Amino acid sequence: MRPVEARTDNFVETLARLSLFADLPHPQVEALAHTFTEEVFGEGQRVIRQDMAGSGFYVILDGEAAVVIDGDERARITRGDFFGEVSILTDELPTADVIATTMLRCLTIPNNELKAFLLKQPTVMYRMLQAQARRLRAANVWRS
Amino acid sequence: MAELTEQPCPPGDYDVVVVGSGPGGLQAAYCLARAGIDRCAVVSRDPAPGGMFRRFPIYQRLISWTKPDAPFEHGTREYENYDHNSLVGDEPEHQALAPRFMDRAYDLPARHEMESALVEFATRGAIVVRYGCEWLSTRRNDDGGFVVVTSDGEFRCRACVFAIGVTDPWKPPIPGLQDAPHYADALPPEQYAGKSILIVGKRNSGFELAQGLLPWVRTIMLASPRPVDTSMLAFSPLRLRYLQPFDEHVRGGSGSHVVDAAIERIERDSTGYRTVVNGTSWEGRLVLESDELIVATGFRAPLRDLPSLGVATVNDGRLPALTPYWESVSVPGIYFAGNVTQGSPGLRKHGATSNSTSVNGFRYNARLGAHHIAQKHFGLAVERPTLEPEAVVPYLLHDLALGPELWIQKGYLSRVVSFDGDDGIRDQGIVPLADFIDRGAADACAVAIEYDAGGTIVPAVYIRRGGRLAEHVLPPHPLNAFDAAEHERELTARLAPLLS
Repeated sequence: MRPVEARTDNFVETLARLSLFADLPHPQVEALAHTFTEEVFGEGQRVIRQDMAGSGFYVILDGEAAVVIDGDERARITRGDFFGEVSILTDELPTADVIATTMLRCLTIPNNELKAFLLKQPTVMYRMLQAQARRLRAANVWRS
Repeated sequence: MAELTEQPCPPGDYDVVVVGSGPGGLQAAYCLARAGIDRCAVVSRDPAPGGMFRRFPIYQRLISWTKPDAPFEHGTREYENYDHNSLVGDEPEHQALAPRFMDRAYDLPARHEMESALVEFATRGAIVVRYGCEWLSTRRNDDGGFVVVTSDGEFRCRACVFAIGVTDPWKPPIPGLQDAPHYADALPPEQYAGKSILIVGKRNSGFELAQGLLPWVRTIMLASPRPVDTSMLAFSPLRLRYLQPFDEHVRGGSGSHVVDAAIERIERDSTGYRTVVNGTSWEGRLVLESDELIVATGFRAPLRDLPSLGVATVNDGRLPALTPYWESVSVPGIYFAGNVTQGSPGLRKHGATSNSTSVNGFRYNARLGAHHIAQKHFGLAVERPTLEPEAVVPYLLHDLALGPELWIQKGYLSRVVSFDGDDGIRDQGIVPLADFIDRGAADACAVAIEYDAGGTIVPAVYIRRGGRLAEHVLPPHPLNAFDAAEHERELTARLAPLLS
């Protein structure tokens, strides 16, 4: 049987191009791609549900999603953005729905595996912290 | 066997076309006919039923069990919890066929036993298939339907169901790997006698090869980037069947090694293979030398031209991305059955995904998918029986304790009961939980079996009232007896607002 040719824009390379994983050595990016999975959502599909337990951490590889709280859209997020980490880190229910507004391609890490992954890959944790700091600053500017 | 050898289903116009005659295709065809789809064509390139079980597993023993003797009679719904290999039928004579062919040497059927059970299901279920008819390409029809082009001609339909398996060998783009033999090309184990073997891959097929080769080879090594996650494997039938090479490695048994490493490149010369690897759970680089190398990096669904039709894929194009009812997320009307339905993972609560890679899970997917197609595309609604208020709690408790769909498709399938003031209380049947949560609006409840954050099996109840959804996880039970008094009390309390 002749194996099918793999696509050139494979999962590993897509991950390697994201700033969140920019400091990971290539073998570690490969391990990441082999350990966690890609998930694709159609337009209108929900990724994370407000007030529902057990959801994971998502990094957008392609496409766009809306952050919706109590039915009101609050933000649009896109390639390179990530979500789901706040409810995992605080052990509380998600405060928003995240709904695909186009075809949405994500890397997903289950809630119960995120901590071990971040402790093993502190460079990813640092990049995540930087992104959180930027979000916090943006929120403060908006409020003032 | 007349049905199996004639050439029925000539090219032409149909309501639904099913591609494939493995367990997924047979289950879909059986259920579509019983859901009221009269004009259904089933085509298969194979000469007979069985799909992948006509050839795989390569070392001839399945990894999912069937227990011929159980507390429930063959043919009952409850017995399905003890039989993870039979397809499901609507009549007793179509049920529980796998245990009939098992010689009881092992609780895991041999490949030929599984194949026999599938042939028997096709015969008894009068499933009409056009064998030797290969699907070649697909295009949209002017009327909004599809044209399925085959080696025998064109089949036009409004919806199609691809039960095509996940059987095309797949190799990642690593230099030198493309020329090495894949799992699917592995030789009989005795041909590896006395040799050193490197297996690239540490999932099902890698461990199956290693287990099969252990009695013959000199040394064996498995390498891939991801460490073996024994806590995850605790939930997998792999634990039972294939982990001996890993256990040997952990024990320090000489000659068995399991290496966490990304493969950089593979070189081959007259003496064998040299594989350059970089550690992932350790730092450094090694060159692994072996007489033989087998690539066990998995398979992909043979989707042919479906991606060019717009069918979105996941996992490096290996699987179609699917809705909770196993329809392409991007091309409505294109459905999937069989183990390719793993393309719909479900809610992934606490990381748990659907159990759609094996017969026990996807047999229910095919049944629900058939009813969904019948309703959505042909307006054939399934009758939803009414329930008396006092019957609701016992009915749901029974499913929480013994419902095979809930137990086998944990966190994916649920039992739904609706509470409509005018229409009364109705059993809405088995429903994908994500569909209940994301698409419903009316007052209703769903019950499901799930893993909690610590991996314990728990019952869960979802209640929607006045448009608001609430999730309640009930306590575990040491015997998983979720129809015990404690659960009855809590379920009764949770349902009280809907029943009042």
